[in-house]
Amino acid sequence: MRIDGRWLVRDVSLSIEPARVTALVGPNGSGKSTVLRLLAGLWRPTNGRAALDGADLAGMARRLIARQVAFVPQDTHVGFAFSVRQVVEMGRHPHVGRFETPGPRDAAAVEAALERADVTHLADRLVNELSGGERQRVVLARSLATEAEAILLDEPTSNLDIDHSLETFKLLKDLAKEGKAVAVALHDLNAVERWADHAGLMHAGSLRECGPVRDILRDDLVEPVFGVEVERIHSATGADTLVFHRRPAQCGP
Amino acid sequence: MSGIRSLRTGPEAASASATKARAGRLLVFFPAVSSLLVVAACAGVSIGSTDISWQTVVQTVAGSILPEAWMDLGGVSDAERVIVWLIRMPRVIVAALVGAALAIAGVQLQGVFRNPLADPSVIGVSQGAALGAVIAFVTGLATRSALWLPMTAFIGGFIALFAVYLIATRSGRTPVATLLLAGIAVGALITACSSLLISLSFVNWQVAAEIVFWMMGGLDSRTWTHVWISLPFLALGTLVSLWHTRELDLMLLGEETSASLGVDVETVKRTILATAALLTGAAVAVSGVVGFVGLVVPHMVRLILGPSHRALLPASALSGALFVIVCDLLARTVHPPTEIRLGVITAAFGAPFFLWLLRRQRKEIGYF
Repeated sequence: MRIDGRWLVRDVSLSIEPARVTALVGPNGSGKSTVLRLLAGLWRPTNGRAALDGADLAGMARRLIARQVAFVPQDTHVGFAFSVRQVVEMGRHPHVGRFETPGPRDAAAVEAALERADVTHLADRLVNELSGGERQRVVLARSLATEAEAILLDEPTSNLDIDHSLETFKLLKDLAKEGKAVAVALHDLNAVERWADHAGLMHAGSLRECGPVRDILRDDLVEPVFGVEVERIHSATGADTLVFHRRPAQCGP
Repeated sequence: MSGIRSLRTGPEAASASATKARAGRLLVFFPAVSSLLVVAACAGVSIGSTDISWQTVVQTVAGSILPEAWMDLGGVSDAERVIVWLIRMPRVIVAALVGAALAIAGVQLQGVFRNPLADPSVIGVSQGAALGAVIAFVTGLATRSALWLPMTAFIGGFIALFAVYLIATRSGRTPVATLLLAGIAVGALITACSSLLISLSFVNWQVAAEIVFWMMGGLDSRTWTHVWISLPFLALGTLVSLWHTRELDLMLLGEETSASLGVDVETVKRTILATAALLTGAAVAVSGVVGFVGLVVPHMVRLILGPSHRALLPASALSGALFVIVCDLLARTVHPPTEIRLGVITAAFGAPFFLWLLRRQRKEIGYF
């Protein structure tokens, strides 16, 4: 992927499988968001291809892609005073034809999505008056309303409190259990360790390593990519907790 | 935890009730504005230098539309028939068409640009149409046939949009920020050309005065020809915009979000821009430059009904029509026998009303 002659991402070969939560991790600017946009068909790769079930996204109509791939952007700002329900109803857009109006099937999908993202009580509020965390859950609800088989999320918990973060991760896990393909860009490696099945480690625009989480969050891989030292604290529940330390100042390149 | 979630106070309750109030207003809005529109149209036809009773107005209009035998035109003089059917009626209809066209174009452009300050002048269409008209005046085409002026205005508007679009497009993408800047720059360039032509034309005072009057907008001596010139474009523009209500809603959430929800962003953008230019061109062609309608009317309606285009578009069209009919009535009657230019009235009455609304309902707008 190249924009204006600068390579944003190169040498990425990644497959997002159904029934699995795949996490994309890496430092700021390593290309996580770019990869998600390529997978969502929002950007076209300069070379190579992004495909859905073997079909090249470049040749597919936007509506068709939108029915199968949902995308939750990091920036959820809404500048106009739509109600929360109206925003979630927009998730049905790819299913409703130009000369049709949304039917009971669409209404049911919207209600279910509001419920699952725990925003039913916000349905009649204006979206521009919500807090950042509430808005993030509304946008998550909109992506659920599409009923897409693949959901791509860019830092979906960056504005959420602890309780709602946990709920969101639980929801992603449940979606994967239902057979959906979930891909999520995350900074919080502990969340990756706890909730993701697979992980891809990005570094400087390319995919370093990809595989089951245990094989990716190894100290010898994480430490050079993030430039930190990792300390593991074993807890009784089984999952390790990672604690990060700044490296002592280095000399030379 | 659940205690905290169920605690609904202050802004939360207020904002939920705002949504309910919106739903209530929707039920009242359309019947109310439609009736006002009928009343205003009747008033527009009956009030003027010669007042004509509304019964005569209804009688004459019905008599002109319905088959001859259905309506008894006894008691209506020929002079009244001419005034009602050939002079005031087309004028009121043109006013309604211009208002609806400018309001719809404003809604569409504010949607595409995600910017409440957008109106038909930001993409250079108004300025292009004005230049087209100025050329018709200075070359003398305007005096040759009533069709030349609207035609050159229309073509000017489209050439301006085309230029702006080409300049702002790079490898198939047209970012709205670039579009906006290109529109403002091209608009300024075109205005400079118009000003140059006008200043050169001042050797002939009559032509210069005509141009300046036209630039202020006005509906004096409009005929059925003007109705038929603008109606097809308005009808087409309205249909296309109504087919795109959901796309316009989505565009307000940003281009990336729209694309991820299945909107072909560049195609929709092109369609909407062309439609807005069509509507603006059709309006400017028959009324001159009438400012403020495309900016203010969508705002007022959005404040009342919210940003969803399914209601916003038709509501703005009706309100725009009502607004321009009333403004034109004022233009004719405030200071008889002189007519005040329509553009002056729309701004003089539109701006204070808009400011009042702004102060009252700031929180519901969402972008301040």
